[in-house]
Amino acid sequence: MQRNPQLNEKGELQHLLSIEGLPRDILVRILDTAESFVGVTEREVKKVPILRGKSVFNLFFEPSTRTRTTFEIAAKRLSADVINLNITVSSQTKGESLLDTVANLSAMHADIFVVRHESSGAPFLIARHVKPHEHVINAGDGRHAHPTQGLLDLFTIRHYKKDFGRLTVAIVGDILHSRVARSLIHGLTTLGVPEVRVIGPQTLLPAGVEALGVRVFHNMHAGLKDCDVVVMLRLQNERMRGALLPSAQEYFKHYGLNAEKLSLARRDAIVMHPGPMNRGVEIDSTVADGPHSVILPQVTFGIAVRMAVMSIVAGN
Amino acid sequence: MRIHIKNGRVVDPASGKEGAGDVFIADGRISNEAGKADRVIDAKGLVVAPGLIDLSARLREPGYEYKATLESEMDAALAGGVTSLACPPDTDPPLDEPGLVDMLRRRAKALSRARVYPVGALTVKLEGASLTEMGQLTDAGCVAFSQANAPLADTQVLWRALQYAATFGYPVWLRAEDAWLAKGGVSHDGEIATRLGLPGIPPFAETIALATLLELVRATRARVHICRLSTAGGVELMRRAKQEGLPVTCDVGIHHVHLCDMDLGYFDSHCRLEPPLRSQRDRDALARGLAEGVIDCVCSDHTPVDEDGKHLPFAQAEPGATGLELLLPLALKWGQASRLGLAATLARITSEPARVLGVASGRLAAGAPGDVVLFDPAAPVRVSPETLKSQGKNTPFLGYELAGRVRCTIVAGNVVYES
Repeated sequence: MQRNPQLNEKGELQHLLSIEGLPRDILVRILDTAESFVGVTEREVKKVPILRGKSVFNLFFEPSTRTRTTFEIAAKRLSADVINLNITVSSQTKGESLLDTVANLSAMHADIFVVRHESSGAPFLIARHVKPHEHVINAGDGRHAHPTQGLLDLFTIRHYKKDFGRLTVAIVGDILHSRVARSLIHGLTTLGVPEVRVIGPQTLLPAGVEALGVRVFHNMHAGLKDCDVVVMLRLQNERMRGALLPSAQEYFKHYGLNAEKLSLARRDAIVMHPGPMNRGVEIDSTVADGPHSVILPQVTFGIAVRMAVMSIVAGN
Repeated sequence: MRIHIKNGRVVDPASGKEGAGDVFIADGRISNEAGKADRVIDAKGLVVAPGLIDLSARLREPGYEYKATLESEMDAALAGGVTSLACPPDTDPPLDEPGLVDMLRRRAKALSRARVYPVGALTVKLEGASLTEMGQLTDAGCVAFSQANAPLADTQVLWRALQYAATFGYPVWLRAEDAWLAKGGVSHDGEIATRLGLPGIPPFAETIALATLLELVRATRARVHICRLSTAGGVELMRRAKQEGLPVTCDVGIHHVHLCDMDLGYFDSHCRLEPPLRSQRDRDALARGLAEGVIDCVCSDHTPVDEDGKHLPFAQAEPGATGLELLLPLALKWGQASRLGLAATLARITSEPARVLGVASGRLAAGAPGDVVLFDPAAPVRVSPETLKSQGKNTPFLGYELAGRVRCTIVAGNVVYES
C-alpha cells in the first residue's frame, strides 16, 4: 500500500482528502483547534491573521452554496484572499481537463485548493499533481468523502456529548450515495465510538457496509433504540423515483424521523442533519425545530472546523 | 531462409515435451531436417517456445491512432514474444464491414510483423440491434464475432445471432456481463467500492449473463468463447458447462489472475479495467481455474490508453491496460505461483489459444508455422514508460520488476525482433 497521500514525510496533514486513514491525534488536534476558533467567530472582530497573504481557491466542479460559503467565510476569518470558481459553467464546458484547470490556477500562486467534484477520488488526483507548498482540501467528492462535514459532525457530537467512548450513534437514510456518512463513520470509529449504526432499506446501503465497522438495521425503531446521537441524511430527489424507493411518502413512513420514533432514542439524544433538509421526507419539522435538534449549531461549528483545517494544513 | 536454433531448452506445450534440443525452421515452417542453415542462433540459457498467441490485443486502428498505431503496437507485440494476436472489433468505426477488415489485414500484412486475426463485430456498430454480414466478414478475414466490451442487452438479438453463427459455424466470442446490472458501475461491488464511494458491478452481473449464454449455447449449439471471466462463480459455471460437454471455451485477462480490488489503492486509474478487478477470492479462483484448465487461456487484453485518458478521476478514466509486453512475464509469474511446469504455463499463451483460434501455430511440431520465441526466464523486465514499446504506458505494474525477457522473436521463419 502506498503512503497515505494526505500526510507529508513527517506524518503531518498536507492535504485533507478523507477522514479514513487519519490517525486519532490528527483528528483530535483539528477538533481542539476548532474549539479555539469558536471564540473568534463569536467576537465582534471575527478575524485572525493566520492566513494573511495566502490565497484560497474554491474550486467547485459541482454546484454548492452552503459548503462553498462556509469555506469562504472560514478563509476570510483567517484573513486569506478567497477566489471562488464555479467550474461547471466555465472551463469544463470548454473541454479543459481537470488537471489543466488546476495547473493554470497553480500558476496564479494558490496556497489552498478547496475542491468539490462529482467524481469519487478527484481530490486525490489533484493532490498528486499540485506543487509541494500547495494544499488540497476535499469539500466533497462523489460518494466518497466529505471530511470537513464529518469533522464538524464529530465536533458537534463532542460538544454535546463530551466522551466518544460510550456513545451509540445512528446514521439514517441513504448511506449508498452519502459521502457524509462515509466520512462520519470513519471519524467515529477512529475516535472510539463503541457502536455506530446505519439504518436504511437494503437499496440504500452499499455492499459490505459492515466492513466499515457499523451495525446494520433495516428497522428504524430497532435501530434508534437507546441512541445518543441520530444523524439524518438528506434524501436526494432523484432517489425517490425509479428502483431504489417507491415514493417519498413511503420513505417517510419507514425512515422519516418524527417525535414518536425519536422517543425510542435516549432522552438526551441529539439530532443532526448535514443539510439541506427535506422536511417531511427524512425529517419532521417538529423534530428539526425541536429541543433535540442541533442542526443550526452544526452550521456554526462548521466554520470553526474549516478554519481549523485550513490553518493546520497551511502550517505544515 | 533456414534457421537452426541450438543449445536451447526447447518447450513445446502442445506435446508437453521439454528438454535440451534443436529447432529448425525452413521455408517459414518448423522442420525436422537439419539441412544447411543460413543462420544459426545460439540459445544457450534460453527457452525456445512457440510464439505467443494473444486472444485480445487492441491495435487502436482504425480511429484511435492518437492512442496507438499498428506500428507501435506490433513492435510491442514482437518485443513481448507475441507472434499472433486477435484484435477485438471496438475500433472507430467498429470492424463491422468487410472493407475495414480488409484494410486492417492489408496494413498488418504490409508491416510483416505479428500475425493479426481480426475479430468482427457481431452486431452493426456494436449497437446490439442488427446482425453484421458475418459471411462477408469471414471472407474478408474475420476469425470470430464479438461485441468487445459493448453490451448486448437484447436477448432476442443474442439468441438470433448465436443461431445464425451456428448455422455457418462461425465462432462467437462474448463477454458475460448483464448490461443492466453493470450499468454505471466501475468497480467490483464490495467493501472496497463501498469505502471508495465508487459505483459497483455485482458479481452476479457476470454469472447471470453467463447462465443465459450457456443456456443459449445449449439451444443453438453455437461455438462460443467466453472472454475475460472475472468471478469465482463464473469459473464454477464454466466448469459445469465443460463437464456437460457444451462447445464452450473461455479466457481470463492476465491482470485478473494477479490483481484484485484492493489494488485500487487510492483511486489508481491504472486499475480501472473491464471487467473490473474483483475480490481476492475471485482472483484466486481465476488463477486456480486457469491452472486446472477450466479457463483455457490467458490473454493480455492489451488496451493502450493515452495519458489524458488516465489522468482523470477513477470513474471517468478510460478503462484498460497495456499488456502485450507483460503477457509473458506475468504468465510466468502466475505459473510459478501455481507451481506449474514451464510447458503447462506456456500452453495457456500458445497451444490453448491456438486451439480456440483454430490455427496451426502455437506448437513446435514439424510443419507448424515457423513462429518461435526465445526468452530468458530469469532475466529481469523493468516495467517503466521508457522500456515499454507500446504507445500505451498505462499499466498497474509500472515500477515492478518482473522476470522473463524476450531475446528473439521469429515469425514465419523471419527474425523480426532481437535484443
